[in-house]
Amino acid sequence: MNFFIEVVAGGLLAGVMYSLVALGFVVIYKASGVFNFAQGSLVFFAALTFVSLMERGWNIWLALAVTLVAMVVLGIVIERTVLRPLVNQPPITLLMATIGLTFVLEGLSQLLWGSQPHGLELGIPDVPIEWLSEKWNINISQFDLFGALVAGVLVAVLAVLTQKTRIGRALRAVADDHQAALAVGIPLQHIWAIVWAVAGFVALVAGVMWGVRNGVQYALTFTALKALPVLILGGFESIAGAIVGGLIIGASEKLAEVYLGPYVGGGIESWFAYVVALLFLLVRPEGLFGEKIIDRV
Amino acid sequence: MLYREAGQFKSTYAEDQQIFPIRQDRIAMLALLVVAFVVVPLTGDQYWFAAILTPFLVLSLATLGLNILTGYAGQLSLGTAAFMAVGAFMAYNAMLRIPHIPIVGAFIIGGLCAAVVGVIFGLPSLRIKGLYLAVATLACQFFVLWAINRIGWLSNYSSSGVITAQRIEIFGYPVDHSEGKYLLTLSIVSVMALLAKNLMRSETGRAFMAVRDMDVAASVIGIPMMKTKLLAFAISSFYCGVAGALYAFCYLGTVEPEAFTLDLSFRILFMMIIGGAGSILGSFLGAAFITLFPIFLNVVSKSLENALGIEISHAIVSNTEAMIFGGLIIFFLIVEPNGLARLWQITKEKLRLWPFPH
Amino acid sequence: MILSVENVSLSFGGVRALQDVSFDVEEHEVRAIIGPNGAGKSSMLNVLNGVYHPQQGRIRFRGHEFRDMNSHEAASLGIARTFQNIALFKGMTVLDNVMTGRNLKMRCNFLEQALWLGRAKREELEHRHAVEEIIDFLEIQHIRRTPVGRLPYGLQKRVELARALAAEPVLLLLDEPMAGMNLEEKQDMCRFVLDVNDHYGTTIVLIEHDMGVVMDISNRVVVLDYGRKIADGTPEDVRGDQKVIDAYLGVARA
Repeated sequence: MNFFIEVVAGGLLAGVMYSLVALGFVVIYKASGVFNFAQGSLVFFAALTFVSLMERGWNIWLALAVTLVAMVVLGIVIERTVLRPLVNQPPITLLMATIGLTFVLEGLSQLLWGSQPHGLELGIPDVPIEWLSEKWNINISQFDLFGALVAGVLVAVLAVLTQKTRIGRALRAVADDHQAALAVGIPLQHIWAIVWAVAGFVALVAGVMWGVRNGVQYALTFTALKALPVLILGGFESIAGAIVGGLIIGASEKLAEVYLGPYVGGGIESWFAYVVALLFLLVRPEGLFGEKIIDRV
Repeated sequence: MLYREAGQFKSTYAEDQQIFPIRQDRIAMLALLVVAFVVVPLTGDQYWFAAILTPFLVLSLATLGLNILTGYAGQLSLGTAAFMAVGAFMAYNAMLRIPHIPIVGAFIIGGLCAAVVGVIFGLPSLRIKGLYLAVATLACQFFVLWAINRIGWLSNYSSSGVITAQRIEIFGYPVDHSEGKYLLTLSIVSVMALLAKNLMRSETGRAFMAVRDMDVAASVIGIPMMKTKLLAFAISSFYCGVAGALYAFCYLGTVEPEAFTLDLSFRILFMMIIGGAGSILGSFLGAAFITLFPIFLNVVSKSLENALGIEISHAIVSNTEAMIFGGLIIFFLIVEPNGLARLWQITKEKLRLWPFPH
Repeated sequence: MILSVENVSLSFGGVRALQDVSFDVEEHEVRAIIGPNGAGKSSMLNVLNGVYHPQQGRIRFRGHEFRDMNSHEAASLGIARTFQNIALFKGMTVLDNVMTGRNLKMRCNFLEQALWLGRAKREELEHRHAVEEIIDFLEIQHIRRTPVGRLPYGLQKRVELARALAAEPVLLLLDEPMAGMNLEEKQDMCRFVLDVNDHYGTTIVLIEHDMGVVMDISNRVVVLDYGRKIADGTPEDVRGDQKVIDAYLGVARA
């Protein structure tokens, strides 16, 4: 029983990590209707920049600040050079453009900082929480819990930002209808710059957390792909959905690997999340929190 | 002046429906085929066959397959490499387990198995579209690769899932040299390209494009959704499967499942975008571009190395390559979403008037 | 009587689009459906076509009786239609678009098409011949190789009519075929509609807002308002009906 709780808890916390990446997708999709396939490479770029600065002896807060600025600038550049020229194209074109962007960012990251893997330390060890493991014989990593905390704070901040502030309202207006938003005087370019800056910030948080957990290496971009099943479960436009989706995917993936894995030779983690998402799509295409899409002729 | 159509009248619908209605085009195509089948084998060297022409042809075929599904039928797929893998491994198994089977038969079996897998993973397309479908094809890509690694029978229980493609024999003559493999690949690809062209300009092609453009309207005028979408997946996967088998037998030789990763799927998607979605010619142009470009980059970096006396590491070259590919995708999507094929079409239209301005 | 609509009711959630509507259509006639916006006219057409399924009522068409027909069955029974917002395939040429209208008549499978031998080639050319006749009839020869997305609105509407005709329908449903056209274009379209009715004998049900058009070309008119039928008869009867005047036509200022 203890082992089961451990597995579930571990899965949930791993899921929180997925949610962190998914949040970046949601922020951009919510505000511009663009599915940013390159979010994973943004995470990679942020993590790599941060860890490279740290390794050159920079102070952690300075490194964070500089990386954040870099992400914001990168986001604005992307919005201006890639998205703006493609403003009225069908979604599939935008999607393919962000796939191209992925390659550009991955190449750029490694060109700038090299391609060796890096470890990342934040001062919170990846060891079991003592009183839990001694009293109840359950091992849950300190760092994973810290990750959950960080995610919680981030979600709260984002939720407040979009629901309560004037900028949040403008973001939602822009996501609904660009032309109408322009017509009521919302400055589209500023809004999108803000959106991409926020997405860059989220990517930085996700990148740092993932970097500590798994090291900063090229494989990070593939883990970022796992955010897709999370988004399918949670809906592409819901912040809460990103969290719930992440938790479900994380937990079910871990459970499947531990309990089903031995029967089929292991390695289920590479595809289980996607198959779960696929089955989910067949039943409820718009996700748990999404809105039904109606085609009119 | 050379390319004028004046004087070429079509008096029957049959003439109007030809693939190459303009006589100059027919001559050019014939010349190209002569060069490909006769001149190149006589003059080419092994490096060209093995490293450039054969992979170009194989990847063109795979791009053609993807084009049928994504370019013509509008179903976005990120699982191209998985279908190629199925084709490769099943062709290997056919050669292994069915005595005296001709190599083309093995390729066809590989393609048919890939088609079955394609239909299974295409079933979700009846309910979901666009990006969601892309995620479903990602499921296919990861699952198939995992399955090939895990199912020992597929790789004849070799320890790491690696297979070695058997020797090819056609009517008793061994096809060992790169030249022979080139000719075999060229023949198969030419025939399949012709079949694809015929198919895309008939009712099937129109049904695919109707589903792509507005599937609700298509079903209202009587085009059957399920049959059309599944047929698209089946035919596309068949083409990718045969491409995979050719990839294994005529190019790689020793095949591991890792040759068919998501990265390859993306590369083929790039070939389709750059060459032109929804165009048979575009598949070839895109594949040519992406096959030749790394070689071009290598040449450039070598000459830079010599000229500046510095050393440019392999990592720098490959990262620059990735950046330029990504950049080109974005560039094409902004400037000419219909790719090189459309640029070629515009060039031809200008040529028809040359030397007159309009 | 080729079509009979009996007590059809259709709701979307809480919205009652059609309430207990009944009318019939004689063979070879031109029947207009008119009414203010939101009256349920397009919904009625969608029901006839199998796109919407009414909760109550029946439709009888050429001896077949159904409520839950899907659009594919409707197409194979000989019902074709055009749409209010043009449902053409924007990526294909005019010729290809009209050829898709023939899809139900094509028999060859994909293998035969790929090989382009005997039967497939003959079939394609036969259908090309039939389609060219329609293209001649609607005077769109000069644009047959133009991608539809590049055509002006009026021509797109004509291409859509061509595609519907290509199916050689028994019943043709036209959803606001004159919308967005100027006087000349409307006259052309009226001429085509009447020619289709005359030449091919097709029964036509059309939705139209332009009263002049309705009075001129239709044999009988059904008037809908808020999902209910409020009048049914010849154009003259309907024009003078007080309910119709109150709901829709209005009165000329004295």
